[in-house]
Amino acid sequence: MRRILRRREIVADDWVHLGEEAADGAALIVPLVELRKDPGRWREWSGRLGVRLTPVDRVEELAQELPRLDLVAVEFPNPSDGRGYSQARLLRERLGFRGELRAVGAGVRQDQVFLLARCGFDALELAAGEDAQAARRALERYDVAYQPGSAAVGLRAQRFSAQ
Amino acid sequence: MYRYDELDQAFVDQRVAEFRDQTRRHLAGQLSEDEFRPLRLRNGLYIQRHAPMLRIAIPYGLLASRQLAKLADIARRYDRGFGHFTTRQNLQLNWPNLADVPDILAELAGVQMHAIQTSGNCVRNVTADHMAGIARDEIDDPRPYCEIIRQWATLHPEFTYLPRKFKIAVTGSPEDRAASEVHDIGLHLARDARGDIGFTVLVGGGLGRAPAIGQVIRDFLPLPELLSYLEAILRVYNRHGRRDNLNKARIKVLVKSLGIARFREQVEEEWRLGRARAARLPASEVERVRSFFRPQPYETLEDFDASAGREPAFQAWYRYNTRPHRVSGYRAVFVSLKAHGQNPGDMSCEQMEAVAALAERVSFGLIRTTHNQNLLLADVRQSELYQVWLELAHHQLAMPNIGTLTDMIACPGLDFCSLANAGTLGVAKQIQERFDDLDYLYDLGDIEIKMSGCMNACGHHHVGHIGILGVDKHGEEWYQITLGGSANGFTALGEVIGPSVPKSEVAATIERIVELYRTLRAEGERFIDTLRRVGLAPFKESAYATHPAAA
Repeated sequence: MRRILRRREIVADDWVHLGEEAADGAALIVPLVELRKDPGRWREWSGRLGVRLTPVDRVEELAQELPRLDLVAVEFPNPSDGRGYSQARLLRERLGFRGELRAVGAGVRQDQVFLLARCGFDALELAAGEDAQAARRALERYDVAYQPGSAAVGLRAQRFSAQ
Repeated sequence: MYRYDELDQAFVDQRVAEFRDQTRRHLAGQLSEDEFRPLRLRNGLYIQRHAPMLRIAIPYGLLASRQLAKLADIARRYDRGFGHFTTRQNLQLNWPNLADVPDILAELAGVQMHAIQTSGNCVRNVTADHMAGIARDEIDDPRPYCEIIRQWATLHPEFTYLPRKFKIAVTGSPEDRAASEVHDIGLHLARDARGDIGFTVLVGGGLGRAPAIGQVIRDFLPLPELLSYLEAILRVYNRHGRRDNLNKARIKVLVKSLGIARFREQVEEEWRLGRARAARLPASEVERVRSFFRPQPYETLEDFDASAGREPAFQAWYRYNTRPHRVSGYRAVFVSLKAHGQNPGDMSCEQMEAVAALAERVSFGLIRTTHNQNLLLADVRQSELYQVWLELAHHQLAMPNIGTLTDMIACPGLDFCSLANAGTLGVAKQIQERFDDLDYLYDLGDIEIKMSGCMNACGHHHVGHIGILGVDKHGEEWYQITLGGSANGFTALGEVIGPSVPKSEVAATIERIVELYRTLRAEGERFIDTLRRVGLAPFKESAYATHPAAA
């Protein structure tokens, strides 16, 4: 069973990705292209449903589906591709998504997790081979920051706030 | 100058701890070179031709004496006793040991300095006019806004992994001394009809491959919206900038491909939707930062001609290496890092210490670095200029050539940089030797030479009156010459005059060009103005004419 970092806990993953072994009614993460191919099928999915975005997907186009979704997974193919950070902030701040926002892919490393969490990710599916304990500690590398960010990352001081 | 508060200090200390851990993991084999690279780059650390290179941030070019003294101390203990000041107002050390870098960064943090985001695909050091706060034509001091942008951009959660590097320059004077039009974003301070402060915003300028001049995206951006608007630009760029080709990833390529009108539409739409959730810039924060940049406690003094009756050498230095000051009785003094026989922008640790001590005595303990790779003592009493000159001359820092042909910009080139195709330092020496006669230099007047060792254009060759670009031709170093570039006031990109020339011919070619200028110029006409008046054709021809002596 895969383990993920959810908020500050290392927990067993209760979601499966399409293509992995899934029982009927499992909580399932489906790539956006698959969701679009056969919307009817997924509307009737009995379990919880999540979608997986690639860096080129426009999150604005998800607005209609979001109420049906319990999870949005944002893919980071490598640590240097920063598009997912913008996708995350838009999902949280503009589209008001309150479900699980999960970073997935080879780019989800301990040296990225602080920024990911500040952009609103509350679940991190770490890259293969990444040390989950080290990643959890890395969430606390900084206790101050300049910009506004997710309140879930407890900081003792922030220079700028939003609103 | 700005002083760190508890937040700033905690942040840089935590950054050092993070990098120490990353370096440890790399040296222990837990982080491969590929994995370590983006992390070390965001801490200023390159792996160069001979050794690592550490680029230390000097935000908008402002240093306190104790900081310059610390840089000298670091250069002595961790490097080979000198450093190199860059066109983006930073300092590069060319020979540190990788394992020592966390300690160096900790020492920098001890004097409120860092090397954060001086490289990598993120927002780089924010640069400014070196005459900020003392220029007579200034609308407002750009440095508080640079500091605000520095803080906002530092480890920005959304914008730390951009498609490519991102450079911002701010200028407060109509005369652009910060080359702001060749930056990804250029901000020109302005006032609206009510007298409120804001910015004209330019976007999409840049050198390197496919150089471009920034275009106005917004005529007037009110100050309180500074950060929200930057966020909108950066977000459009982060989402839509190209990531498939490193050479097409700068924002200038996105602006060009969309056209400025469509790019503007996208940014304005993003701004409209996103500004409520963007970082706010309250007046209290502006006031807090501005309070660090109040005018110095100047004495009430009269202007006078400090050069009157002095020896010609001092008069020449006074004329070329000092500038008028907003406050009467004071002048700004260039510390020339362009002595003949020296690499442009290089400074030994003894020289750094001497200037740090001098600034402490005569210029409120502050030193500025300039885009042109010199230093500036901004606030010197005119009555002290003679003593200052003597002292600078004693340390070989009084070469009276500021604004002349040998006050040239050069990147470190093939001698240090692993990107370079050709050397720059040898060519700089060749030019210094050929143009060693000061009277001849003065007669030629204001000529800017800018030289880069490769297409990345760290030496800004596109915007030199005379630009020199090193190219590799079958393993040999050749040099392409451009004419007519300019980065201040009237930004223009130079034009290539013809085939590149071999290394041995660079100075001779330049001499033929400036000799023609001497015959064509009108009374008092600058080189660049003659070029613009008569066009490049005659210069192209004369540049390649065989020199009689060489025939």
